Amino acid sequence: MTREQKNILSVRDMDRREIDKLLCSAAKFDRGDFTGHELDKKILAVLFFEPSTRTRMSFSAAMMRLGGKILNLGSVEATSITKGETLSDTIRVISGYADAIVLRHPKEGAARLASEVSSVPVINGGDGAGQHPSQTLLDLYTIRESMRLENIDIGLQGDLRYGRTVHSLAFALSKYNNIRIHTIAPDGLDFPNYLKEDLSETGVEIICHEKLEDILPELDVLYVTRLQRERFPDPVAFASYSANYRLTPELLQIAKPKMIVLHPLPRVGEIDPAVDSLPCAKYFEQAHNGIPIRMAMLNEVMSQ
Amino acid sequence: MSHHTVSEGIVISPIKNGTVIDHITHGEGFTVIRILGIRNSIMNVTVASNVMSSRGGRKDIVKIENRELLKSEVDKVALVAPDATISIIRDFKVTDKKNVDVPKDVVGVIKCPNPNCITNTNEPVPSHFVEHPRGFRCVYCDAVISKDMVGQYI
Repeated sequence: MTREQKNILSVRDMDRREIDKLLCSAAKFDRGDFTGHELDKKILAVLFFEPSTRTRMSFSAAMMRLGGKILNLGSVEATSITKGETLSDTIRVISGYADAIVLRHPKEGAARLASEVSSVPVINGGDGAGQHPSQTLLDLYTIRESMRLENIDIGLQGDLRYGRTVHSLAFALSKYNNIRIHTIAPDGLDFPNYLKEDLSETGVEIICHEKLEDILPELDVLYVTRLQRERFPDPVAFASYSANYRLTPELLQIAKPKMIVLHPLPRVGEIDPAVDSLPCAKYFEQAHNGIPIRMAMLNEVMSQ
Repeated sequence: MSHHTVSEGIVISPIKNGTVIDHITHGEGFTVIRILGIRNSIMNVTVASNVMSSRGGRKDIVKIENRELLKSEVDKVALVAPDATISIIRDFKVTDKKNVDVPKDVVGVIKCPNPNCITNTNEPVPSHFVEHPRGFRCVYCDAVISKDMVGQYI
């Protein structure tokens, strides 16, 4: 490599200037302000070691929209991985076939390891319970396109203990000014203490609430995440929480008129489908924003 | 030439050339050997444990004959023995004496506590931790080990 290899591994590694640059670039692509030949003759290797249809398809679609081509790993069962090859060796070999690699892997830190042995840029498409920067960036982008990324009250509801999406988002938001994070989570599923400590050091304000109604009228953004049945001690506790925290049009009547509701999807009942038709429901738009964000990421690491 | 004397009166013989690591936290002498990667080496290594310290309390001492360890090597010892001192011995004389400093970057010493971390697989990659306000952070999976727990992962 004659120039420094650009990887996108974690939003935590990025400063605000780098994040803003990607968000601006995504807005440009979103407006249709591109030729479709930006990544002509470039090849993206898509290495997904665990299933994730949306992330894989949206990276592929983003690459094709910029004129590039896709090299798919295919099923893991049909690869050298089943012969016991290490990820390091796989990456070393495949980086000779492509101009960039998107990696999804069940082990945390896999993308960072890949970036150390790869001769081409690596984008982290999600590593275990670790980082998933394209999700965080599209969350930020959706907020930015709906209002602003400063001076906002954002509610995070659901599994905040194990949900990597909300952890990354909270850290990304902490790079902006005047952010107040309100957590609404069942007992035992709030932010881990170490995370609260780390976030507090960044200057972001974190306020815990028992009920969504207590804070809903103050919020500019409500970010809802999926609850996993296995995180609850018993089915009754799960059913009780699910029923109490289901977001409905009636509940949303006390929200600010311009508040937006986000969800990383898939949902399993946290948001009543009747909410979908309300102006605040931005979660499908959020999913679609994955395309311009991933176009911006691909263009950032591969353009000259 | 000085002799280290333990409470029972046993004298630890001085070495002619090499390195003496003194004031190791009591009970961590063998961990220090492990950290330095000299457990299975052919060097003559002596560990004195439970020695009365002139600073009060008890300490461990490690002596390595015929090898002058670099400060950068020995700084890793600070992970479990922040008060340790390193003396370089030449012809029975202390020619250099330094304190250890907790390193900002620790490669291949701390085992990541996260079982799902890529460094706990068959990948040919050493663990890598960096200093963090709460202790040390794995650069791969972001797991953090507090300073008082780090000895358990060495």
